[in-house]
Amino acid sequence: MAITKRQAADLAKQTFDYAPAPEAIDHVRIQPRYGLFIGGKMVEPHSKKRFPTINPATEQKLSEVAEADAIDVGKAVSAAGTAFTSWSRMAPSRRARYLFRISRLIQERARELAVVETMDGGKPIKESRDVDIPLSAAHFFYYAGWADKLEWAFPNRRPRPLGVAGQVIPWNFPLLMLAWKIAPALAAGNTVVLKPAETTPLSALLFAEICQQAELPAGVVNIITGAGKTGSLLVSHPGVKKVAFTGSTEVGKLIQRSLAGSGKRLTLELGGKAANIVFEDAPLDQAVEGIVNGIYFNQGHVCCAGSRLLVQESIAKPLLEKLKQRLSTLRLGDPLDKNTDIGAINSKAQLEKIQALVESGIEEGAEIYQPECKLPERGYWFPPTIFTNVSQSYRIAREEIFGPVLSVLTFRTPAEAVEKANNTPYGLSAGVWTDKGSRILWMAERMRAGVVWANTFNRFDPTSPFGGYKESGYGREGGVHGLLPYLELV
Amino acid sequence: MATALSLTHLGSLMRGVRSVDEVGANERAASLAKRSIKKSSKLWALDLSIRCMDLTTLEGSDTPGKVAALSAKAIRPKPGDSSIPSVAAICVYPARVADASERLQGSGVKVASVATAFPSGQSFTSIKVAEARDAVDAGADEVDMVIDRGAFLSGDYQKVYDEIVAIKEACGSAHLKVILETGELGTYDGVRRASILAMAAGADFIKTSTGKVQPAATLPVSLVMMEAIRDFMRETGRPVGFKAAGGIRTSKQAIAYLVVLYETLGAEWMTPDRFRLGASTLLNDVLMQIDKERSGVYQSPDYFTID
Repeated sequence: MAITKRQAADLAKQTFDYAPAPEAIDHVRIQPRYGLFIGGKMVEPHSKKRFPTINPATEQKLSEVAEADAIDVGKAVSAAGTAFTSWSRMAPSRRARYLFRISRLIQERARELAVVETMDGGKPIKESRDVDIPLSAAHFFYYAGWADKLEWAFPNRRPRPLGVAGQVIPWNFPLLMLAWKIAPALAAGNTVVLKPAETTPLSALLFAEICQQAELPAGVVNIITGAGKTGSLLVSHPGVKKVAFTGSTEVGKLIQRSLAGSGKRLTLELGGKAANIVFEDAPLDQAVEGIVNGIYFNQGHVCCAGSRLLVQESIAKPLLEKLKQRLSTLRLGDPLDKNTDIGAINSKAQLEKIQALVESGIEEGAEIYQPECKLPERGYWFPPTIFTNVSQSYRIAREEIFGPVLSVLTFRTPAEAVEKANNTPYGLSAGVWTDKGSRILWMAERMRAGVVWANTFNRFDPTSPFGGYKESGYGREGGVHGLLPYLELV
Repeated sequence: MATALSLTHLGSLMRGVRSVDEVGANERAASLAKRSIKKSSKLWALDLSIRCMDLTTLEGSDTPGKVAALSAKAIRPKPGDSSIPSVAAICVYPARVADASERLQGSGVKVASVATAFPSGQSFTSIKVAEARDAVDAGADEVDMVIDRGAFLSGDYQKVYDEIVAIKEACGSAHLKVILETGELGTYDGVRRASILAMAAGADFIKTSTGKVQPAATLPVSLVMMEAIRDFMRETGRPVGFKAAGGIRTSKQAIAYLVVLYETLGAEWMTPDRFRLGASTLLNDVLMQIDKERSGVYQSPDYFTID
C-alpha cells in the first residue's frame, strides 16, 4: 500500500515523538467494593464503613474498601491465633510448598498485579512490571527455601516461631512490602495480620485471592484495610506477639512508644535521607544514571532514595550539566504508558508535602532546576527537580521529602564526604561512585547506613538484608537476617 | 594536519579518558531497548532507518553484477512505491567502487568504500593511505577505514592517531568513517578511548565494527560511543557522526538503535549526515514492517526483491 508523496514528506518532517503505548487493562477485574480477608474468607466489615481508593493519575475512584474497626481487628487476630497452632506445627517442607505455590501464582498473575499496582499507586508500569512484581515473587521463592532449613540457618540453636505477627506497610511498594513482611513470617511458622496503606490496598486484596487459590490454610494470612487508626488498633492488640512496621519515622516513634513494656517484638523500617556520593574518578555517565535511578525511581517515593547528591567539587559542573541534560529526556505522564519514566505522585497529601518542602528550599536560598515538562491536567504530579547551592542546614537537605526532588551538595575530600553523609538523623542507605576499589571499602566502613551501594543504586535482592541505622529504624528484612525478627532462638 | 602531541602526551591523555562502568552501561542500554515504539513513531523510525542505511556487500565473491543489483535496490528499495526513500549509501570493497559509482550517478545515493586493509588493518601505512586515495579517486564519497587494533592494544596510541590523520588527509573531501572494531577492544574503557582518539584525529564518523568479527555492533557499545560523541561535542563544538554496523538484521533492532541515539544525542543526530546503519539484510525486514504498519497485515516475502 503506497502513500502519497505529500504524506511521505510529512513523515520526513516529523520528530521522534513516541506514540502512546498504553498497557492493556481489559484483563484486570477490580471489584466495586471489597471486604476484609479474615479466616480465609472475604467478610463484611463489622464497622460497615468503607472508603474509596482512587487512581492518583486520574483522580478516578477504583473501588471502595472496608475500614476495619476494633472488632474487625480482633476477629483477624483471633483467626490468625487459631491458625498458628496448626501452621507452626506443620512439617516445614509442607509450609515451603505453600510459599512456592504463592510465588508461582504471583508470577502467573504478574501482568494483572502490575496493572493494579500502577493504577492504584501511580507508579510507571515499567517499574511495577520489571521491579515490584518480579521481586515480590522472588521474595516468596527465597523464603520458601528457608522454611525447612531453619535449623541450619542458626547452628546449635533451636528456632521457634513467635505467634501472630501484626504488620503495617506503606504505599510506595505495596505488593513488594507485603512480600517482604509475609514471606519470612510464614516461612518461620508465624501467622500474620497485615494492613496495607489506605491509598494502595488493592494489590494486597488481590493477594488475598492468591492465598485462596494457593489453598493456604484459613487464617494463616489475614488482610485488613483501613487508615492509621486501624493500624494502631492492630499493633496494640494483645494477641499480636510481633509487630513489623514500614513507614514514616514519626509513626514509627509512636509505635515504639506504645509498645514499650508490652513484651512484643518490634522491627521498624523508617525514613531516610541517603547520600549518593560521586568522586571525581567516577564513570560519569553511569553515575548520572545512578543518580536518576536513585531519586526519580518511583517518583522518589523510596525510603532509601538517594535524595542528597554529594559531588566532589572538581567535577560538579560537568556532572550537573550531564544530569540536567538527562532530566530533559525523562518522560512524565500516564503511568500505564510503557514509555513513562515518572508517574503520578501517590496522593494529594503527599503532593502537598512535597510542594511545601520545595517552597522552603526556594525560600532558604537554594537554586531550583526543573526541565521543561508538561504536567497532565488531572491527577497529582510533580516534575523532576534539582536543587543546587544547598547547605547542610537547609530543610531540603535534612528532611525526607519522599518525592522527585534532589538536593546537591559538594565536598572536597573523602573525609568531608563521610562527615556530610553521616550528618543526618537517618541512616538507611548510601551510594558511592568511584573507580577505586579501595575507596569503596574505606567509605563503606565509615558510612552509618544499613546499605551501601557501590557504583549502583536502588538494587534489591531477597538474599540481601535491608534495614537502617539511627532514626531509619532497626531490624533487617531479606536474607537469613530477615528470619531473625520472626524467630525465638532457644 | 600533523599532530603537535608527542607520544607520552597522547599516552597519558588516553589514560586520563574517563572510565565506563560496564554493568551500568549494559543496564542503561537494556532499559532503552524496552521502549515501546508504536504506530506513527514506528513508521517514522522505519522510514529513517532506510534513509540512514549503508546497504552493504563485502564478500570476496562480489562482482560488477552483484554491485549493480545492489545499487538498483539502494536507489529504489521497493519497486513501484515511490514513498519509500533511497538508502544513504552503498558500501563496497575498493575494487567495486567504480562499478557502484557508475550505477549510482545522479541518484543521490553515496558510494562508501572500506579501505586500509579491511578488516584486519594489519598492513603497511603507506599501502593503507594509497588504498584510501585510490578508492576516492575511483569515485568513493565516503571511506570506512579500520583502526590499527594491534597498535591500539599495545598502547601505541600515537601510531593509531597518526594513521587516522594521514588517511583523513588522503580522503580529501570524502567523508571519513573510522571503524573501531569494538569486538576486539575488550572493554568499554577501550571503546571510549578509541572513540575519543578517532574523533581527535579528525574522524567525521565513528563506526562500531567491520561485521567480520563477533561480537559486532551491540546496543551498549553504541551507547558508550554516543556518550563519547556527546562529550566530544561539548568540549570541541564539533559534531561527529555515528555508524552501527554488523549483526543488525531486524527492524526491531534498528529501532532500538534509534531510541538510544535519540535519548543520548538527541533529535539533531537523527539524519543521514550524522547517523548510519550498516547492514546487508536489514532492508527487506524494514520494508515488510512498513507494509505491515500501513496495511495491518504481513505480506509474503516473495513481494520483496532479493538482490
